[in-house]
Amino acid sequence: MADEVEIRQETDRGGAKLGFAPWADPAARPLVRFDAVTKRFGETRAVDALSLDIFPGEFFALLGPSGCGKSTLLRLLAGFEAPSEGRVLLDGTAIDAVPPHRRPVNMMFQNYALFPHLTVEGNVAFGLKQEGRPRAEIAARVAEMLALVKLAPLARRKPHELSGGQRQRVALARSLVKRPRVLLLDEPLAALDKQLRGETQFELMELQARLGTTFVIVTHDQEEAMTVAHRMGVMDRGRIVQVGTPAEVYEQPNSRYVASFVGDVNLIEGRLAAVGPSGLLIDSTVGAKLATNQRVEADVGATVWVTLRPEKLRVATAPPAANENCVSGHVAEIAYLGNVSLYKVRLDNGFMMKAQLPNLTRVVERPIGTNERVWLSWTPDAGVVLTG
Amino acid sequence: MAETRRRAGGAGRSAVLIPYGWLVLFFLLPFLIVLKISLSATAIAQPPYTPVFDPSAGLAALKEFLADLSFDNYAQLIADRLYLFSYLRSLEIAAVSTVILLVLGYPVAYGMARVARRWQGLLLVLVILPFWTSFLIRIYAWVTILQHDGLLNQALVALHIVDAPLTWLATDTAIYIGIVYSYFPFMVLPLYAALEKMDESLLEAAANLGCPRWKTFWLVTLPLSRPGIVAGVLLCFIPIVGEFVAPDLLGGSSRQMIGQTLWTEFFANRDWPAASGVAAVLLLLLVVPIVIYQHQQARELEGA
Ligand SMILES: Nc1ncnc2c1ncn2[C@@H]1O[C@H](COP(=O)(O)OP(=O)(O)OP(=O)(O)O)[C@@H](O)[C@H]1O
Ligand SMILES: [Mg+2]
Repeated sequence: MADEVEIRQETDRGGAKLGFAPWADPAARPLVRFDAVTKRFGETRAVDALSLDIFPGEFFALLGPSGCGKSTLLRLLAGFEAPSEGRVLLDGTAIDAVPPHRRPVNMMFQNYALFPHLTVEGNVAFGLKQEGRPRAEIAARVAEMLALVKLAPLARRKPHELSGGQRQRVALARSLVKRPRVLLLDEPLAALDKQLRGETQFELMELQARLGTTFVIVTHDQEEAMTVAHRMGVMDRGRIVQVGTPAEVYEQPNSRYVASFVGDVNLIEGRLAAVGPSGLLIDSTVGAKLATNQRVEADVGATVWVTLRPEKLRVATAPPAANENCVSGHVAEIAYLGNVSLYKVRLDNGFMMKAQLPNLTRVVERPIGTNERVWLSWTPDAGVVLTG
Repeated sequence: MAETRRRAGGAGRSAVLIPYGWLVLFFLLPFLIVLKISLSATAIAQPPYTPVFDPSAGLAALKEFLADLSFDNYAQLIADRLYLFSYLRSLEIAAVSTVILLVLGYPVAYGMARVARRWQGLLLVLVILPFWTSFLIRIYAWVTILQHDGLLNQALVALHIVDAPLTWLATDTAIYIGIVYSYFPFMVLPLYAALEKMDESLLEAAANLGCPRWKTFWLVTLPLSRPGIVAGVLLCFIPIVGEFVAPDLLGGSSRQMIGQTLWTEFFANRDWPAASGVAAVLLLLLVVPIVIYQHQQARELEGA
């Protein structure tokens, strides 16, 4: 197997900076394409005119709130649901007529769906037996896969004799052993505790990088999506509202929905006051004038929103020199989170702002206490201006 | 903590006593009485056998009582081939009926477990519905359906499937019809219970791993419904071996099932000891395989 596996060097998921960015290459052919796919259940549109390309070797995350159609999208690709409209393409060919058992797509189910009457080994071997492989090859590949997910000593156990984390590994091994073109993971880590989930995320990334298989993972944990994926798609009521690398989605959200779904955010409403050569000036509802070095498709006078991530705010006990991008209020609440502290600041007009400061020392006494007057300020490139 | 656990243990133990008490009172005790009668000899008396156990007569009488018991009836059971043939016929009818029941019952149970949930209650009621009339009346109804000018022959002739009425009554076919009809719910209900709780995503997982639907049935559905199959088979096979009403009313008189032989011994010949011997052997014949099976199941569970 070792020689079949292409070891990819870059495993960094931060963005396109390390070279793996087929989505930016117009010549690259997508492995999976959803072409204006709609899936209706009665009146509900679980998937709504959705188009999406996923490229070979990509680790793609689908992120969205419960019921937004993530599982349905995976099931459309696995063949358990047929699109009401539109087409699903694999490698450029429409696969709507291909029954589920003939699709080179394997799925790790939300509830694992392990066969309770088969051993760990039997579960992993199941898919290979369907291919009619020789016994020796099946045994070898099962053993290899069990070693990969560190389950070799438990090969003879039945699923009910395993812990949740071990079951999750069996499910992973079972869906990977057939070497699918695409591996679908439906909230694979939801049942694990936080610690194990973190470890498993890294194992998944490592595995994906080693095998080079295209992974599509569904999650409603934005941190998980950002950790593992090359790109993520944020979904809302059956539609994909933004696709991009985690850094793009986090730093350049294209709507208030995305900004508030991915990470913590301060959303300030305002009116576009002036468009200058170096950026915009905005009259905000929090009283201050906001300056950004962004451009935006809107006319002067239009309503806009400025999103500010809490970690991009400076907190000071004295007013800063500039009076743009600066608001003032009293500290209402401080949450100590270990690595950082989260300050909730009530501005003079009642608006709540969140600011996050790193805890640089072990000193427990904070330089800023509750009820103290503080000034929050930020640079012109800290905020993102949104029109919707 | 230890206190509560001990109390829970106590409660658990007394809860276990209830079924055991029931079994002792209504199964073991009657069985011992039957066993004792089977070791007696017939007598023209009340009760119609000797010796009669009299606990008030003292130790000497008890010794005499024990000395009077004999295995003569069992020797007779072996010597007279009639009994052997009855047992074999019972086992044959029970086996064939159980296979028919399984083959007919499985698709019905499968269909019931797969239809939309709101229909399942209705279907369940329909399966159980026959229980609302007496078993005997239902078998008599079959007599009127199967008799020479009965409904079945009328229908067959009217539909030009046959030219002249066929003989149904007093044939093995009639016995099988009666038994399969009567025991159908006992096969369907355990199968339904097993199939109904099966996780649908397992079927999707099998398809996802490259298994076509028909093969998924053999590799996943069938093995997972095994407890239901075992329960249904035992629930049908065991009482059918001892079945009396259906063969007596619907079958011919040439070859008797063991239940009919027992009835003849008991009521026609008034030979209680022989009848008891027949019953005791029948019970051993049925209980021993079940106990062995259960033992194996328990071991498999522990070993796994
Ligand atoms: N078989 C079905 N019949 C009817 N409606 C369905 C069916 N499957 C899904 N839906 C509906 O489609 C929508 C999307 O469901 P889906 O399971 O894809 O959500 P999801 O994003 O996976 O949610 P979750 O995060 O809770 O798993 C929901 O409104 C759901 O009620
Ligand atoms: Mg889901």
